[in-house]
Amino acid sequence: MAKVFQKPHGLTDAPFHYCPGCTHGICHRLVAEVLDELNIEGKTIGIAPVGCSVMAYDYFNCDMQEAAHGRAPAVATGVKRVHPDKIVFTYQGDGDLAAIGTAETVHAATRGENITVIFINNTIYGMTGGQMAPTTLPGQVTQTSPYGRDPHTQGFPIRMAEMLATLDGPSYIERVALDTVPNIKKAKAAIKKAFQNQIDQKGFSMVEVLSTCPTNWGLSPQEAIKRLQDEMIPYYPLGVYKDVE
Amino acid sequence: MSEKVLMKGNEAIAEAAIRSGCRHFFGYPITPQTELSAYMAKKMPKIGGVFLQAESEVAAINMVYGAAGAGARTMTSSSSPGISLKAEGISYIAGADLPCVIVDIVRGGPGLGGIQPAQSDYFQATKGGGHGDYHLIVLAPNSVQEIVSLTADAFNLADEYRMPVMILGDGTLGQMMEPVDFDSIPAPVEAEKDWATTGTDLKREHNIINSLYLVPEGLEAKILERQKRYDIVTEKEVRYEAHGLEDADIVITAYGTTSRVVESAVKQLREEGYKIGVIRPITLWPFPTEVFQKAAETAKAFLSVEMSMGQMVEDVRLAVAGKAPVHFFGRTGGIIPTPAEVVEKVKEITKEV
Amino acid sequence: MTTNIIIAGFGGQGILFAGKILAYAALLTGKHLSWLPSYGPEMRGGTANCHVIVSDEPVASPIINNPDVLIGMNKPSFDKFENTVVENGYIIIDSTLIDREIARSDVKAYAVPATKTATDAGKGNLANMVMLGALIKATGIFTLEEIRKGVEKTTPASKQHLVEVNMEMIQKGYDLA
Repeated sequence: MAKVFQKPHGLTDAPFHYCPGCTHGICHRLVAEVLDELNIEGKTIGIAPVGCSVMAYDYFNCDMQEAAHGRAPAVATGVKRVHPDKIVFTYQGDGDLAAIGTAETVHAATRGENITVIFINNTIYGMTGGQMAPTTLPGQVTQTSPYGRDPHTQGFPIRMAEMLATLDGPSYIERVALDTVPNIKKAKAAIKKAFQNQIDQKGFSMVEVLSTCPTNWGLSPQEAIKRLQDEMIPYYPLGVYKDVE
Repeated sequence: MSEKVLMKGNEAIAEAAIRSGCRHFFGYPITPQTELSAYMAKKMPKIGGVFLQAESEVAAINMVYGAAGAGARTMTSSSSPGISLKAEGISYIAGADLPCVIVDIVRGGPGLGGIQPAQSDYFQATKGGGHGDYHLIVLAPNSVQEIVSLTADAFNLADEYRMPVMILGDGTLGQMMEPVDFDSIPAPVEAEKDWATTGTDLKREHNIINSLYLVPEGLEAKILERQKRYDIVTEKEVRYEAHGLEDADIVITAYGTTSRVVESAVKQLREEGYKIGVIRPITLWPFPTEVFQKAAETAKAFLSVEMSMGQMVEDVRLAVAGKAPVHFFGRTGGIIPTPAEVVEKVKEITKEV
Repeated sequence: MTTNIIIAGFGGQGILFAGKILAYAALLTGKHLSWLPSYGPEMRGGTANCHVIVSDEPVASPIINNPDVLIGMNKPSFDKFENTVVENGYIIIDSTLIDREIARSDVKAYAVPATKTATDAGKGNLANMVMLGALIKATGIFTLEEIRKGVEKTTPASKQHLVEVNMEMIQKGYDLA
């Protein structure tokens, strides 16, 4: 019997620990499919973050390093400088990439470090149980913004794609969303391009992936998708922010 | 015999590292170790190596983590406040069993402190600094020649035991020039790194560099396994220099720059007829406990001389275990004790014993 | 025998370089030595000093608390170190820049108009070499030939013509002491 659907080789057989309705699983799969399609799994080293995807090292079949919170771009830099001919990617959440690791992110970007960054923006700290993230929207209720994020005291969300696009270093920055099939297809194309850029020695590429966290948002998976569409996309517009030929 | 050259301690570390196969250096500027980074910045591009000035000490140590995990001989250097920032990364490196060399050219603290030489980071170097049950091998040279041989050793030890090794110096050692011969330093020992993340080539299971073990039994097992290695290091790698212990009334101990000051004092004291023994720990971890235990059987008193308010003296007391009084003399804040002060302290102790 | 030398003056007077020449002269004549500079912000326009130890035996402490020889190239440094010099030691000062006499009567004192001598010869920035010349003559620590070795070694290959210029100033200091 012909197999019509299977796990990409880029993923191990370890079952994901992610909550129902969480889009990490989709994004992992997209990355793994790209590793397969570009035939780069054997020469790829991934860097896992601290956050919900901390155990990404168990899920990707390529060599993996687990970084300290926020330090994935620095760790990736170390790996890439040792193996410039290998493919190095980081997979990071919003707390990791845009709060504690902002400096590492910005400087890897401005150095034009030839790595690929997959940035999961779900506007919340998931692993620790739903605290305010640097990307939490104004008014959004979290465990540490119980009255809704008040920009006067808690600051505004950071739009990382826009911010990094102002730098000369990055070659490619795009924001995508995992809400519909067409958007998931676009997300995969973006991720593929971000890896292809690295193969082509183009330098730093980042794909910001708008994702859901039904558990910590207190919504059903369907409601979470709707929130992504109604609240997140207006604040974090999708599109290509930088693409250097 | 090869020609000796004059070199600053900081530069000598850099040259010895390069000769030991280090091609990946990640640093961040801080006084008084700057010559080391500057030397690397100049040399590395010419020999196909990498010098990268990171955005912070935090980033630099994590680049070292990545490079070490990728199988390279890699190094970073800093001074006290910078080492505090690196403490996080050092803990992760220890937790992931990665080999690397970390240079700490200590300056006065706490806080921003000063930039003059100090030994007030003995605790930080030997007792952790970062979180968790871990150790670094801590090497404390006291001359530029010893700096280069210990730098070469540091890379070999790091690879052999898969653990970070720290070279603990101070501003004086970093800045001073002495004759140095590079041909006599230990040769690099090749280590197989089949655990490194080099890409699976689809021919093996994936390698994972990691320090996360969520199941307590798993974490404990990992720590116990590491402790076995620490036990071997403690058994095999202790180094010290000692003289005059046989008939010593007073045993003076000091490491690094301070040990040179002590030698000047001891020379004078012996000329005046005092029976002085000297123990100079070269490995601060593992600490040379046994030689102290043995000396404690005959010596009437011990004196630890440090550029701190008394840190190594705690390890001396643990080793001597109450068999003899252990005295302390130290200057701190960037002030180096003088031989005259040490002589005076010894005479004061002599009156008591 | 061990000679402890402190050279002290303003940053920019070539204090550390003069010390380096001594260090290399020691190296090339088979002596033990150490060279320790002051470092940090004080190097920029403030006072600079350099501890050089030349010895027949391995150097213990590289830090000099009581020098056998003090080369004082400005007044603040001279004021700071004058009383630290050992009895029967040497104090050599640049009398062009230091407008007071050596107060100590228990040392061998040399007042050398180094800056004037160098300036008169059109080499105003080489007062340090004049002082070096005075030092080796007064103490006998190195011969002119031995110090030349130090000068040659510390002068970059592309600037070897400066060896003679430096030696000329060293000779002038030698003759003055």
